[in-house]
Amino acid sequence: MIEARGLSKRFHDKKRGEIRAVDNVSFTCQPGKIYGLLGANGAGKTTTLRMLATILEPTDGTAIVCSYDVVEQPEKVRANVGFLSTATALYRRLTAQEFVEYFGRLNGLDEATLKKRVDDIFTRLDMNGFRDRRCDKLSTGMMQKTSIARTLVHDPRVMIFDEPTNGLDIMTARTITAFIRECRNNGKTVIFSTHIMSEVEKLCDTIGIIQSGKLLVEGSLPQLRDKYAERELEEIFVKVVTPHFVAEEAN
Amino acid sequence: MSLRNVGIVYRKELTEALRDRRTVISTILVPLLLFPVLSVGFGSLAVALVGKAKEEVPKVMLRGGGDSPEVVEGLKKLDKIEIVAETPDWKDQIINKEIRAAVEIPAGFQADVAQQKSDTVHIYNYEGEMKSEFASDKVEKYLKDYSDTLVKDRLAAKNLPVGVLKPFEFKRENVAPPEKVSGAAFGGIIGYMVILLCMTGAMYPAMDLTAGEKERGTMETILSSPISRMHLVLGKFFLILTAALGTAALSVLSMGVSFSVLGHYTSQSAGGREAAAGLILKLGPKTVISVFLMALPIAVLFSATLMTIALFAKTYKEAQSYLTPMTFVVIIPAVAAMLPGVELTPKLSLVPILGTSLLCKELVAGTYHWNLIAIIFASNCVYAAVALFLAIKMFQRESVLFRS
Repeated sequence: MIEARGLSKRFHDKKRGEIRAVDNVSFTCQPGKIYGLLGANGAGKTTTLRMLATILEPTDGTAIVCSYDVVEQPEKVRANVGFLSTATALYRRLTAQEFVEYFGRLNGLDEATLKKRVDDIFTRLDMNGFRDRRCDKLSTGMMQKTSIARTLVHDPRVMIFDEPTNGLDIMTARTITAFIRECRNNGKTVIFSTHIMSEVEKLCDTIGIIQSGKLLVEGSLPQLRDKYAERELEEIFVKVVTPHFVAEEAN
Repeated sequence: MSLRNVGIVYRKELTEALRDRRTVISTILVPLLLFPVLSVGFGSLAVALVGKAKEEVPKVMLRGGGDSPEVVEGLKKLDKIEIVAETPDWKDQIINKEIRAAVEIPAGFQADVAQQKSDTVHIYNYEGEMKSEFASDKVEKYLKDYSDTLVKDRLAAKNLPVGVLKPFEFKRENVAPPEKVSGAAFGGIIGYMVILLCMTGAMYPAMDLTAGEKERGTMETILSSPISRMHLVLGKFFLILTAALGTAALSVLSMGVSFSVLGHYTSQSAGGREAAAGLILKLGPKTVISVFLMALPIAVLFSATLMTIALFAKTYKEAQSYLTPMTFVVIIPAVAAMLPGVELTPKLSLVPILGTSLLCKELVAGTYHWNLIAIIFASNCVYAAVALFLAIKMFQRESVLFRS
């Protein structure tokens, strides 16, 4: 389970002064459910997810991930989280197997458990054909599968996906969305950020719309449709975001 | 602190480094090849070139001397030079290396000699040009021998012994063993090379493991794993240190082998024994271990400093532009240690690279100033610890890791 409690992140920029990338964001993600964080570029999605994955430290507020506090126990949080984004690249001079094993060891798995886990994952994801191939020689699809294997190797209870299909071709993107669904079916808590409406419509149990670092609205897709009297998620998104977007532009 | 986690990061970084061509070249190939090329290659070439220059029969132009047949005949009889006829452009010919030197016999030289009047014979040469210097030496030797003969004849004519002009002899003798003599001559460059290679060995992995990781997008991947940032930075640091020490160790080893091969080669070659005496640099195991031990804290200092600086960069190229000027920061004190007259003092021992460089000079010459060794080792350890502390702190800073 993930519980964000007033998460905030401020950065200091020499030209623009203080920037509130995330401003007092609170939400809850339940096990076996997918929470979709929807927002435009620069809305604060990545910063929020990085704080949940303890890659960034919150300026104010905190989050509880699998009963661990992201500020107080970041290493324990990371041991229970699988984090995947298009920015999480592979070590190109390692083979696919070496790469996955490396992260398994960093997650504290002993060699016997690691071997069994790697064999299982490589078979399940149909990766045995390229397990000894260096990552710089893999196709995009193979790379994504290797990244997925990396997030699964320690069998985390929480999965965080930051725009995981960004820039991918449709076939590779489908591999990722299928994997996200599988995570939910396996009872994992999943949070997923994107600006692609169709993915949210297909995958998410709860949707949170974020703009200018603020969580503006959240609910299930039917709840949002009722509230804004719109069928298409894109229309709902525009209705929610436009007033804030205009105000931001004016500032 | 979990040594297991540091070890996991270290082993992974080592695997990647050994598969990286740039790192292998800078860490293994350069130190292995540099000394053989510099010492055996250039040394043999220098010996061969000097030998060839000495064997050449130089052209020497004779100016004047028409009324002094004895000295002219003597010069012409020398089988080691070729006397050529006088032309007005003799200076240009020396400068253009068409002739190697010119000798000017003043008018009435022989008559003046007979009347015991003193004249000056001029030898013109191209200073600094080796073949011209050799030609002038040959002419000068002949003139000196001729002058000595005249003196002896004059003394004999007056029934005076030769000793009247030389009331006593004096002779300078070296008491330092050959390794100390060659150590004093070459020790400076040894320290310089070890320090410089230590730095170049650390440079590529330092950039690759920090800015390179950011550029390739793997920084976020590794930061999402449960390893603490201190363990991560230590694992990376130990790999950079291994590269620096590996480079230093290989360079010292390669240097020892190169000098012994060079010494063997020159002493075997005909007429090379004299040259060999000056070129042999005996690097015994004690010297090698001492130089290596003194390089250890310097390697820690370099590794931590380079890693910290490279971490600020967003890309490999940016890191290169930050670290390239660092080479000069290292070269200047290392070169200063090679300057004649710069000796190791307690104050200079505290200057990070200069102290070590000067100490290497002493170590290669076989001199061990234990108090200064202790000062240098301790001060370098302090500098290295500060640099490592800064590196760990920098790795905790989001503004550095996610600089955009």
